[in-house]
Amino acid sequence: MAKYLLLKHYRGAPAPVNDVPMEKWTPEEISAHIAYMSDFANRLVETGEFVSEQALLPEGTWVRYDGEGRPPVTDGPFAETKDLIAGFMIIDVDSHERAVELAGELSAAPGKDGKPIHEWLELRPCFAEMPTITE
Amino acid sequence: MTPEELRSLTPGVLGILVRRGADFAAAEDAVQDALVEALRVWPDDPPRDPKGWLVTVAWRRFLDAARSEAARRRREEAADQEPPPGPASSVDDTLQLYFLCAHPSLTPASAVALTLRAVGGLTTRQIAEAYLVPEATMAQRISRAKRTVSRVRFDQPGDVATVLRVLYLVFNEGYTGDVDLAAEAIRLTRQLAATIDHPEVHGLLALMLLHHARRDARTGDDGGLVPLAEQDRTRWDTALIAEGVLILQAALARDRLGEFQAQAAIAALHADAPHAGETDWVQIVEWYDELARLTDSPVVRLNRAVAVGEADGARAGLAALSDLDQTLPRYAAVAAYLHERDGDRKRAARLYAEAAAQASNLAERDHLTRQAARLHRQL
Repeated sequence: MAKYLLLKHYRGAPAPVNDVPMEKWTPEEISAHIAYMSDFANRLVETGEFVSEQALLPEGTWVRYDGEGRPPVTDGPFAETKDLIAGFMIIDVDSHERAVELAGELSAAPGKDGKPIHEWLELRPCFAEMPTITE
Repeated sequence: MTPEELRSLTPGVLGILVRRGADFAAAEDAVQDALVEALRVWPDDPPRDPKGWLVTVAWRRFLDAARSEAARRRREEAADQEPPPGPASSVDDTLQLYFLCAHPSLTPASAVALTLRAVGGLTTRQIAEAYLVPEATMAQRISRAKRTVSRVRFDQPGDVATVLRVLYLVFNEGYTGDVDLAAEAIRLTRQLAATIDHPEVHGLLALMLLHHARRDARTGDDGGLVPLAEQDRTRWDTALIAEGVLILQAALARDRLGEFQAQAAIAALHADAPHAGETDWVQIVEWYDELARLTDSPVVRLNRAVAVGEADGARAGLAALSDLDQTLPRYAAVAAYLHERDGDRKRAARLYAEAAAQASNLAERDHLTRQAARLHRQL
């Protein structure tokens, strides 16, 4: 099995096909979208492939060390930051093909007019454990 | 009684339930319940007959579940009496369980999870922790696996090779958790070796023991990976090595060579050398030739190139490498190693950095990055 991270972006991803901002959907369309996402996660628990998920607020703070005895420096958010992650899901699957298949299904979540958003999701493999036998 | 001793009773207890007429999936749930109950109760109140206790509790759980199922379906179940176990021995039951849990209709991950639970007696939570997934996910993976094999007859003969692949996966790709999966894989392979006389089972057991013997030496004080040539060989477990070599020799004497025996032979030759410099690389190359003949695996030929480099010099190793596909995992790492041996540090440094960027696990990536850094300092 291999673990993959599915990343959903607020911005930074190429534009989706059904590119209408959520506030311009009907309330029913929003509910249908949320139900789809939640069903998707539940289905992955059923197939034994779900690891975890989190949705993230659009706000964020940059933090860095500022030297011995000094509090960390905070800054941002920086308007020029192109990439803004909206949330993630970690899955544990048999193959890369399966990970692509699942990402494709998640990208089909309904949006405006109940039609799939065709949103671009980023798929990133996680490092595996070191195998015992290598030679 | 240790948790391992408790778990070793699992296949026997499960076999008895199945022979009494319980279907595998329900019996397996009942045995799991009994094991969890035993872990809770036994520390304060150990039973005189642990296996009898488990059979009684598991059978009661099975009947309770069957009755509520029956009530739900509003029909009678004729499972009330305790029929005597059938004529098959518990050794056969154990073997059948291995076959069932490694059935070819299962994906490798499902077969691993089912084997660890139904044969190994681990709890769902322990398996979930070991593979870093939530307990609910692992529970579903196991119930789906049980549904997949629900139509497989319990007494159907299976293929030892599929069982060995599952046990190899448990040993080789085991994550670290509360349960030592490498040790568990060894325990399960030992148990299998006691139920079936097959040289490859012994070959795999020897392979595991020989690698397990080096485990402490594989990690440095900084937690980093220590390659074979640099390991402190006084930290190798000589008892495990001696046992592995003995088991391997007996298997090889049967003259039915297989890939696990060949891999174990290579591990034994490494174990045999008091210092890395005394390794019998010529013999190791011969074993890689056998292994390549048995498996035709490109990974084997990649490892063979390293051995050729040691036996006949870096140039010969690079020549062996030149026939191989450059997109193979670890190709760049092997090329880096051979080019450094050949004196081309600059190229080796570049290749090590390239290999680090392609590594699929952190221990290897960090090790390769350190190799690149070491060479850069010398340039």
